[in-house]
Amino acid sequence: MTPTETHTVVIEREMPYPAEKVWRALTQQALVKEWLMDNDFQAVAGHKFKFRSQPVQGWDGIIDSEVVVVEPNKKLSYTWSTMGMASLVVFTLAASNGGTKVRMEHSGFRSDKDAAYKGATYGWQKFIGNLERVVAGL
Amino acid sequence: MRTAPDALFKSLADPTRRAIFERLSRKGEQTVRALTEHARVSQPAVSKHLGVLRRAGLVRARHKGRETHYTAQPKALVPLVDWMREYSQFWHERFDRLEDLLKRMD
Repeated sequence: MTPTETHTVVIEREMPYPAEKVWRALTQQALVKEWLMDNDFQAVAGHKFKFRSQPVQGWDGIIDSEVVVVEPNKKLSYTWSTMGMASLVVFTLAASNGGTKVRMEHSGFRSDKDAAYKGATYGWQKFIGNLERVVAGL
Repeated sequence: MRTAPDALFKSLADPTRRAIFERLSRKGEQTVRALTEHARVSQPAVSKHLGVLRRAGLVRARHKGRETHYTAQPKALVPLVDWMREYSQFWHERFDRLEDLLKRMD
């Protein structure tokens, strides 16, 4: 397993539609619900919202989020926090071949609490990074 | 998205426990006392954290004289790593749905 696989999920796809249209799909509640999850999202930096999906055993189905960046038709990012693990989702739109290249990066998995242990920031990312060597040998 | 491995995830949601586990993974077998020297929390607190890790299968305890020695059980992490991998699958599926939606939009 490479660090990229565990730390960051990146998806990049060219879509044959203008950026404005993709932007609507990323930012209008009803549309976001159709492809991602039920939500009370608003395209306003600082807006706190929740994604809700079907609870399953061991997970309440809720993701707590806060909008970080809103650059219409260009960039959207929000935090993604669930089960004590916080991370960041960033969408970037760029014109490409008459359509739009949509890039999604989900990164920075880390704990949403502070460490009470000496000498280091034991975030999830570091933890998982350190354990890759361990896990690679499993 | 499939469920995260509950006990495992909860036990590792705490940064002190992650740090203890990581130290055990790195240093090999340790006593509670040795682990406490590196923690900002008391020995009883470290013992309590070790109890949680043990119940999640992440550490094994061995009694030797008056002291208990702990070792990491890294194999217990496999479900967590699998769960992280599933995020990739999750987003690929959602992107398929996004493309599908765009096709239907005005």
